[in-house]
Amino acid sequence: MAEIRNYTMNFGPQHPAAHGVLRLILELDGEVIERADPHVGLLHRGTEKLAESKPYNQSIGYMDRLDYVSMMCNEHGYVLAIEKLLGVEAPERAQYIRVMFDEITRILNHLLWLGAHALDVGAMSMFLYAFREREDLMDCYEAVSGARMHATYYRPGGVYRDLPDTMPQYETSKWRNDKEVNKLNEERSGSLLDFIDSFVDRFPSCVDEYETLLTDNRIWKQRTVNIGVVSPERALQLGFTGPMLRGSGVEWDLRRKQPYEVYDKMDFFIPVGVNGDCYDRYLVRIEEMRQSNEIIKQCSEWLRNNKGPVMLDDHKVTPPPRADMKDDMEALIHHFKLFTEGYCLPPSEVYTAIEHPKGEFGVYLVSDGANKPYRLKIRAPGFAHLAGLDEMVKGHMIADVVAVIGTQDIVFGEIDR
Amino acid sequence: MSQKDIFESNLRELADSEQCQLELDRNEFTLTINATQALSVFEILRDKPAFQFDQLMDVAGIDYLEHGKTEWKTKQATGSGFSRGVSKNTFGRFTFDNNPIDNEMQTPRFAVVYHLQSVANNHRLRVKLFCENNEMPMVNSVCSLWSCANWYEREAFDMYGIVFDGHPDMRRLLTDYGFVGYPLRKDFPLVGHVEVRYDPSKQRVIYEPVSIEPRVLVPKVIREDNRFDDAVEPKAEES
Repeated sequence: MAEIRNYTMNFGPQHPAAHGVLRLILELDGEVIERADPHVGLLHRGTEKLAESKPYNQSIGYMDRLDYVSMMCNEHGYVLAIEKLLGVEAPERAQYIRVMFDEITRILNHLLWLGAHALDVGAMSMFLYAFREREDLMDCYEAVSGARMHATYYRPGGVYRDLPDTMPQYETSKWRNDKEVNKLNEERSGSLLDFIDSFVDRFPSCVDEYETLLTDNRIWKQRTVNIGVVSPERALQLGFTGPMLRGSGVEWDLRRKQPYEVYDKMDFFIPVGVNGDCYDRYLVRIEEMRQSNEIIKQCSEWLRNNKGPVMLDDHKVTPPPRADMKDDMEALIHHFKLFTEGYCLPPSEVYTAIEHPKGEFGVYLVSDGANKPYRLKIRAPGFAHLAGLDEMVKGHMIADVVAVIGTQDIVFGEIDR
Repeated sequence: MSQKDIFESNLRELADSEQCQLELDRNEFTLTINATQALSVFEILRDKPAFQFDQLMDVAGIDYLEHGKTEWKTKQATGSGFSRGVSKNTFGRFTFDNNPIDNEMQTPRFAVVYHLQSVANNHRLRVKLFCENNEMPMVNSVCSLWSCANWYEREAFDMYGIVFDGHPDMRRLLTDYGFVGYPLRKDFPLVGHVEVRYDPSKQRVIYEPVSIEPRVLVPKVIREDNRFDDAVEPKAEES
């Protein structure tokens, strides 16, 4: 009789369902997976090492590039660590702006996840719908920071500048005629807050559209229900956080349990799953988008009624206003020192964690009193999730690997760092 | 007594019975333990209902080789100019052939830092342990207590060369296949040592010694700031 051996297959790194550069070595028994061994690190850029050679503020831009679909949340974790070491707190208006943009980022992230996950599983049109709304949120990024993705908007001591009164406008081009451009610009004629308000009003119906396409869809349910089931005990053991933990029925959200900024003043629910399968995690994330929408609404209302500074007045940490530098010697010196040498943090160490769209994003910062971090360790949520991939796919069919990678919301920028 | 006070007194009790140090700084507890007692302390932290640290959030290695050393003295003025800070071949500005860093150290050089979280009790704790041997740092693996330690320990091994005894699968994780050296160690040059390119004549990817110049523009300085003194610890005058 012929000897029966398991078949070893290579998946990726160049594969559209690998979400970037994941290389998987799959050991198969027929079509059933016996073992999955992810090989990561193809996008390793040494962010932690680079940060050790730069003044604190120069690394904020690297944070955007960690998880490049939820940029501002990464910055948030980093600036919070610096603020905690310095013992300062951002002004209230800046905290509201940060919370609002964290939630905008959460929607951005979940939209990309939804589009890509559905595309992997075979629902092509979801991707186009998700990107339609992402475009509007990218415009919000552009309005506050000038960049549509890598914003570098959060700074230690606040945010770089206050919300603008105008939105960037579209121009007529080969692809868009006057009529279309006018229609797009009409929505963008007011301030950023007007635009956000109109988005917030419209967005719940968009989520309804996504749900119409997927929630009761027979194919979608066949591909996700009972796939990649994780029990709550195993989810904790595997270090899962965020929707991956909540999908398994553990009610744990740092925004509620260990509130930072002004989350304790916000009114929202924490959705949890029941079965811990891909379908429950899908439902959790869909509901999270609706909740984020509510939080944005509350922040926007507060920001309309309350003016104030968005940056601390402590010029050892934050740059002085440009106008002051024209006639104030001290402001000029502060500016010069801040942008050449940076500021020194007291020798100590902190760990700050925020509820990133994917889970707990932690920054462990060790300072020896210098103007550069002595050690910066980034705790990326996706890292623990991908480490649990082997356990999640064991015993599933080969096609389910794609569904499990999708449900984990893998982004290699943060896993490989 | 609030939840936090109960937690603190429990931690103090543990620290006394296991002879380890407990620190509270910026509302964060740090427990420094010996490498030999690590597993028993971790087991207590995970299983005792008062702690119940059911999640291991992070494992980070640290290399203390250059801790507290600077490139630019701030106490006295020096005769040399700006170049002393940007062209001296120190931290980050050296290559493999010309490595000025002396890796002899009398105190423990490597430490492993664990961040624990209790979902049940909503507590966090940092546990720090110093490796006894500077040449061959080795600690016990906690994979048997928390499954997620597997990859975190592989990463610490990859980046710092810290070996975790009892780890089921101690392979490199993030670096290239066949990589030499431990990139996050302080005596590893920032520019690395090899670069990769496609060679059209050989029709394959080749490795070459790195050609870029090591360059760090901002020198590392430590400035004493009186504003932080009272925030961190009470001043000496008070006693």
